[in-house]
Amino acid sequence: MRLRSLQIILWVAATAAVLAFAAVRWWPAADDSQAAASAFTPTFALADSEGRVRTTDEFRGKFLLVFFGFTSCPDVCPTTLSEVAQVMDDLGSDAGSVQPVFISIDPERDRRLGLADYTKAFHPAILGLAGSEAETQAAAASFKIFYEREADTASPDGYTMAHSPGLYLIGPDGMWLRQFTYGTPAAEIFSDLQSRL
Amino acid sequence: MKHFLFAAALILSAPAAMACETVTIGDLTVEHAWSKATIGAGRPGVFYVEITNTGSTDDALVGIATPAAGMPMLHETVVQDGIASMPHAMSIPVPAGQRAQLSPGGYHGMLMGLTTALKEGDSFPVTLTFEKAGEVTVNVDVLSMRAEGPDCADAGQ
Repeated sequence: MRLRSLQIILWVAATAAVLAFAAVRWWPAADDSQAAASAFTPTFALADSEGRVRTTDEFRGKFLLVFFGFTSCPDVCPTTLSEVAQVMDDLGSDAGSVQPVFISIDPERDRRLGLADYTKAFHPAILGLAGSEAETQAAAASFKIFYEREADTASPDGYTMAHSPGLYLIGPDGMWLRQFTYGTPAAEIFSDLQSRL
Repeated sequence: MKHFLFAAALILSAPAAMACETVTIGDLTVEHAWSKATIGAGRPGVFYVEITNTGSTDDALVGIATPAAGMPMLHETVVQDGIASMPHAMSIPVPAGQRAQLSPGGYHGMLMGLTTALKEGDSFPVTLTFEKAGEVTVNVDVLSMRAEGPDCADAGQ
């Protein structure tokens, strides 16, 4: 009788141990797969204003603050670039840890109009990139963003661009961290960056 | 010295003062007209303004004209399903008793075909055409590329 109750106790304990082991094994595993689904490594390989191809790899170790836009955009793009410029000013001595990048979704026209003049007018730290159409599409796809050329006879050259207006933060390991939606105040972006530096 | 300080204060406040100038036509008050500096004349400029309708009749801004640009038009920035686009606005409502704003991220005037680059500190006239109130001309201050709006003591933003 005593042996039997001991046996039951042992079985209960063994079952509990198996369950606990399974829980410990599977719960973090579930978390990992969830993190893997949201974490990805966006990449680009695009020419800067001097024609040199710049890639995400060369910025490992720095945070990347990436914005897709076009320089003939009068409202959305200057607003976001002004915020980025403010963030860079606010970062002060930490500014070297953050590389702001402006990727043109209208590369042919932006190369013609002058990309560096435009980005530097907001902040000298902003790197303007304009690749080929295919390279730009590849970069946009890896950032999971959308852009499209819209015919508009009332616009200069007969077209305008519709695009995802967010600002994207990439970590020093190249992994996607988060998006700042259009209109996020510079102070909010700054404090988020500060908490990571 | 006193005169010098007064003169200096006048000069320093002059650029901000113009954007803070208020023009009225009928029941409409037009103020805080500003634009941003451009890099060259090849890219469109922008025009922002605030219109307050103190009357009891709805009105609408239906057009803008300026010697500074060959093709000025009204647009609206629309962010829908995460995509920003900039459709042409046929008219911008100025409802009775309310204020309509042309401001960053919303309605704005798009100044295409600039006759010259807009430089910070410059100003240029823009004539606004309202459906009912008619036409009124305001002076527009060109602020820096990074400006978020004019710095007026009474600015509503």
